[in-house]
Amino acid sequence: MTVGFAMLVHNSLDRAAEVARHWARNDCPVVIHVDKKVERRAFKTLTASLGDLENVKFCKRHSCEWGTWSLVEASQSAAEMLLEEFPDVRHVYLASGSCLPLRPVQELKDYLADRPMTNFIESVTTEDVPWTVGGLDIERFIFRFPFSWKKHRRAFDGYVRFQRRIGFKRKVPEGLTPHLGSQWWCLTRQTLTAILEDPDRPIYDRYFSKVWIPDESYFQTLTRLYSTNIESRSLTLSKFDFQGKPHIFYDDHMQLLRRSDCFVARKIWPHANKLYAGFLSDDASIFTGAEPNPGKIDRVFSKAVERRTKGRPGLYMQSRFPNDNWENGLTSSTYSIFEGFTELFEDFEEWLARVTQTRVHGHLYGPDRVEFAGNQKVFAGAMTDSAELRDYNPRAFLTNLIWNTRGERQCFMFGPADNQDISWDVAKDPNAQISVITGAWAVPLFFSNANFSDIRREAARLQRIEAEHLEVLRSVWTKARVRIWTLADFIENPMEPLQTIIDEIGARQANRLTEAPRMVSLDGFGQFLQNLKNQGMHPHLMGDFPVGPPLNEARRKTSKPYVVK
Amino acid sequence: MGVNHFIFVENNSDDGTREYLAEQEDVSLWTSKASYKRARFGMDWLNWLMRKYANGHWCLTIDPDEFLVYPFCDTRGLRALTDWLDASSIKSFGSMLLDMYPKGRMSEQTYAENQDPFEIANWFDAGNYMIEKNPKFGNLWIQGGPRARMFFPDNPARAPALNKIPLVKWQRGYTYVSSTHNLLPRGLNLVYDEWGGEKASGCLLHAKFLHTFADKAAEELERRQHYAASHEYRAYAEKLEDDPDLWCKWSEKYINWRQLEILGLMSKGNWA
Repeated sequence: MTVGFAMLVHNSLDRAAEVARHWARNDCPVVIHVDKKVERRAFKTLTASLGDLENVKFCKRHSCEWGTWSLVEASQSAAEMLLEEFPDVRHVYLASGSCLPLRPVQELKDYLADRPMTNFIESVTTEDVPWTVGGLDIERFIFRFPFSWKKHRRAFDGYVRFQRRIGFKRKVPEGLTPHLGSQWWCLTRQTLTAILEDPDRPIYDRYFSKVWIPDESYFQTLTRLYSTNIESRSLTLSKFDFQGKPHIFYDDHMQLLRRSDCFVARKIWPHANKLYAGFLSDDASIFTGAEPNPGKIDRVFSKAVERRTKGRPGLYMQSRFPNDNWENGLTSSTYSIFEGFTELFEDFEEWLARVTQTRVHGHLYGPDRVEFAGNQKVFAGAMTDSAELRDYNPRAFLTNLIWNTRGERQCFMFGPADNQDISWDVAKDPNAQISVITGAWAVPLFFSNANFSDIRREAARLQRIEAEHLEVLRSVWTKARVRIWTLADFIENPMEPLQTIIDEIGARQANRLTEAPRMVSLDGFGQFLQNLKNQGMHPHLMGDFPVGPPLNEARRKTSKPYVVK
Repeated sequence: MGVNHFIFVENNSDDGTREYLAEQEDVSLWTSKASYKRARFGMDWLNWLMRKYANGHWCLTIDPDEFLVYPFCDTRGLRALTDWLDASSIKSFGSMLLDMYPKGRMSEQTYAENQDPFEIANWFDAGNYMIEKNPKFGNLWIQGGPRARMFFPDNPARAPALNKIPLVKWQRGYTYVSSTHNLLPRGLNLVYDEWGGEKASGCLLHAKFLHTFADKAAEELERRQHYAASHEYRAYAEKLEDDPDLWCKWSEKYINWRQLEILGLMSKGNWA
């Protein structure tokens, strides 16, 4: 008793011949179906090259087109011939010209001999297949497909839509439950002859000849009629990409294929010389006795599909440039923006870096230059401190920075004097943590030595910009984690908000803050705001600052660094 | 290597290139004494040659100082790539220009003929590229790298384009518009995914910044044969007077294509 191979071949005939010879030499008969589209001369060369082998035969040729009945006809012809001519064949293995055996043939024979009545065919009901491409699952069985998918795609798609609209339904022959699965199967003589010799076969054939991609459903459905001993999996390792095209194996997959313990793999690139030489040589006969385990290969290929469909979040590059809102994450990881903190605390940046162990930059979007951490002129990824380069594409500057520093959290300062072009981007980015002390930009003005009329003008400008920015942060589209305090509220009790922010960053020291940043003295700030008001401006973003000294008294206390128990 | 035939256009060379190429069996050589600039920077020559000879072939159009790196290029030949592109019904393959430079001043290390230029210029910028979409042709417009950083920090709009589509399954009627930056019909420029995924892409390592560059920049400026009134070369010449060092402590040293893929400069897409 042995296994016989029915092989469907349409190109790379020399490779197919090599594989057929390998099987034949190991006492497995092979019947080859060669696509009628293959030129006569090439066919002659193939038959001649295998002429010395008695157990290799060629069956009637059909002209094959992907997705059509012709492929089933080809496998029927090959299987019929194999069963008829080689009576010791117990299992028929359907293979293609780009298949390659990965394990010694004897091991496959032993494996099948141990399971003499088992049919290996992936066969799943249409409700349960997630992998059909183009959404055609049950529709494959109930629609008509008179147009070629390859040559007349529009007509094909249009006709499908039309049938959907009118609710067209072909009758499925009685007793059949449509099943789908990989077209590469291995069936027992008993089951296969039952299918091929069934008196109702003309009915089934007539029905399936109009089904879409019948090679994935004909045997898969009919097997269910005649056998209950079905292992619903294919012995052939065959991976498909997101468009339903088979993945191709190359020389560099050698180790992966070896470790898969699968019996046969497809598709093999015809020029993968090392694979063919390695797996077809006689010394490749290492018996492992292991069950096929395509898991490792599955991981590699599902990763590839994920890369193609989802990509790496936060990456913008020559072959990934998502449309707005399709970024799958505007940036690659979380970061924090602080607005108004350096204005209020003298040593905020140093303090933050110390407490959170993150990379703390100054005003990255500052008007004159990019203030990278440590005053560096160039930073990760060779980004420079040129404001012109940054402002040429402010969003790219942000996404590049976050991408370049994967694994290290970035914090930076921001304010109304900075380039505001990224307002919307950061507001809509769930990776952003934005903390704002509104009106804090007035503190440096308060300390500045400029003429009061200039201060007043600048204050009005900054307030207008910050108000606009706050409107963005408060919009319904905001996905960032935004916290906003007025200056007056914040200085009432600065430790609590600071603690919340630091906790969220997830600093390594999980304890309570023991050290506060040094707050500038705000003595006279209330009066300063009153002066602005007296000049006709309305500074409202700072919150309520009383003019009088009593509150100043209280504030002097909080302005000292203090320790929370 | 996986290339069946080479087509060269030689334009006023004087270093024996012509004689060397003429001897090679798999090379067809065209020589032009005419103006590179008047031929739209050589593109008219190339488009004509491809129209005539490239129909139905995969064509890699590159300058002599560009070196293609694509996913798996250390284990799979070009033929594997083009077969895969064919099987995936992909007609064009993008490969961004990656400017390579030495550590230290350009004049410090001397490049010898036949030497691997990346023995000297083996550093690059990993993450300072800026991308926009070109609405007219649908291609991406990429700028950045050491050239933007060093020569155009005050005028980034002038920084040269780095996006390239060098590998195309050519059909009569296709045409390169501006260098190999973009093509017509527009669909060929869609070498990037717009819905979050990554398409497969490569890089063209650019061996421009060698000790020969200063002389070349001066010569090119003299010839006045370059794009946009040779603005680019004027900027180079100006900076090159101080013999700059493009290297910085954040520069990356080139290892292999996998490194470029991890850094996000190129992608395997769904090729595995």
